[in-house]
Amino acid sequence: MIPILFIVSILIFFFTHLIPGDPARLVAGKDATLEEVNIIRAELGLDQPIWDQYITYMSNLFQGDLGTSLKTGLPVSEMFADRFMPSIYLTFMSMGWALVLGLLIGTLSAVFKNKWPDYFGMVTAVSGISMPGFWLGLILIQIFSVQLGWFPTGGAESWKSYILPSITLGAGIMSMLARFTRSSLLETLRADFIRTGRAKGLKESVVIPKHALRNSLIPVVTIAGLQFGFLLGGSVVVETVFSFPGMGRLLIDSIAFRDYPVIQAELLLFSIEFILVNLIVDIMYSMLNPKIRYVT
Amino acid sequence: MEIIKEVNAYTPVIPKKKYSPVKEFFKNWKKQKLAFGASIFILLLIIVAIIGPYIAPYDPYEPDYNTTLQGPSNEHWAGTDEYGRDIFSRLLVGARISLGVSFLAVFLGAAGGIILGLMSGYFGGWLDRLIMRGSDVMFAFPDLLLAIAIVAILGPGLTNVVIAVSIFSIPSFARLVRGSTLEGKETVFVEAAKSMGASHRRIMFKHIFPETLGSLIVFITMRIGTAILAASSLSFLGLGASPETPDWGAMLSLGRDYLGTASHVVMMPGLAIFLTVLAFNLVGDGLRDVLDPKTKNE
Repeated sequence: MIPILFIVSILIFFFTHLIPGDPARLVAGKDATLEEVNIIRAELGLDQPIWDQYITYMSNLFQGDLGTSLKTGLPVSEMFADRFMPSIYLTFMSMGWALVLGLLIGTLSAVFKNKWPDYFGMVTAVSGISMPGFWLGLILIQIFSVQLGWFPTGGAESWKSYILPSITLGAGIMSMLARFTRSSLLETLRADFIRTGRAKGLKESVVIPKHALRNSLIPVVTIAGLQFGFLLGGSVVVETVFSFPGMGRLLIDSIAFRDYPVIQAELLLFSIEFILVNLIVDIMYSMLNPKIRYVT
Repeated sequence: MEIIKEVNAYTPVIPKKKYSPVKEFFKNWKKQKLAFGASIFILLLIIVAIIGPYIAPYDPYEPDYNTTLQGPSNEHWAGTDEYGRDIFSRLLVGARISLGVSFLAVFLGAAGGIILGLMSGYFGGWLDRLIMRGSDVMFAFPDLLLAIAIVAILGPGLTNVVIAVSIFSIPSFARLVRGSTLEGKETVFVEAAKSMGASHRRIMFKHIFPETLGSLIVFITMRIGTAILAASSLSFLGLGASPETPDWGAMLSLGRDYLGTASHVVMMPGLAIFLTVLAFNLVGDGLRDVLDPKTKNE
């Protein structure tokens, strides 16, 4: 994980420096003289060789200094402080309800295979996967905010502000989890130990959740982990639709201004989050199935 | 001699019907009703993408300020936008852009991924480690985020969207093909080809690659749906097609300011994206059932 993070940090640093436009000129303004631009360039350390800039950036990073925004002049960490937690709440809320509903729909579809709950569940799932998040968000705003007035159209002032964005963000993952739960559960339900359980007179209410579902969870956990990345990417779109003051919207605003210290800090943070979640998924494997142990 | 003649006379004559995998495929395909319907829809969409600009009832770029934000009617089947442009005409012309961008991006990504995956699985060793670590690094970025980062570097525009979406597709294809190549290179026919002195390139592309085609076709179909969503998301964020282009994502992005007053401006392009992605996903599901009977009905 550490080598990957190291390479990721190099890639992000060098690629964000490829963003066209002169950051010193951006900070100095259009009317600044060449001399003023050069002074700002030196202040930002942009006159140094790129490797030196990288080393300075990394050593600052380890001290908690993510750089200074070119647009606002504020420390990037300060800008993240207000936006990080709303984004985290939104992501976990989306994942939470996507997991609950995804597992529920998938289980019902598998238990009632080829009956109406199955058809309904799978139509919902395939539609959820195919629906553009920004479109679903706009439909929800139109119905629940504009027409019914139940929820605010944007912002993150109260818990109500999180409902529509989290539904929008979680819809795709919920659908994917439902599909995987269904197929994984159908496979497990054919296993010998399920037949044994039923033969010895266990109730379906014990066989399904305790025996079958638990053994079907490994592929589902994998997908949930992989889809976490989808949440991070999707949050950029959803936060834009709902004018949600989170990390995703900050990224888009920063790209528009070419505020590269913010862009590179955000990309690095997203990558760390994504890699950490995949690590947690790996650990969860062994918790769900003690047969899986990693030999180093 | 007599006995042999007698035996021949009683041997049942088996009609010489040549087995055709293509015919077999179409026979099974027709049984997949939903996927079959979706494939017809995609076929129609491809035709629209080709002839769209010629059959569009109105000029998709020409503003008409007398008919701004009109709802669907007999004159304008999908209504008009804030510049009075006919949305149906823009959708027809936009089909070429949306499909073109996603097809091109997926095929470029697939080509890169296939070559890297074949080399990685076939040669193994340091090349395999290098390619797989490279894909690990790329997997460290969520798909859409990687695309956003690439477009941020290259600048907005449809060409850069194609590049971004194709780059984020490469590692997935490379992983898939590598897996199949690892299995394929252990088969007897590859061993036979090697013993006959076939070159590495010949073994990779003539013997191993055709074995991966089934799973590749399914994956490509699914990825086209993902690519349409990614490309339209980038356009929606203002990083893809320019606002005046009749790209479905860009149309939706422009229309969101009129959500309360003229929701059709948002609903129509959204519906076009949704139905197209749905069709590709249904076809992908159907193809998986036909090409991989183990997963049928699941």
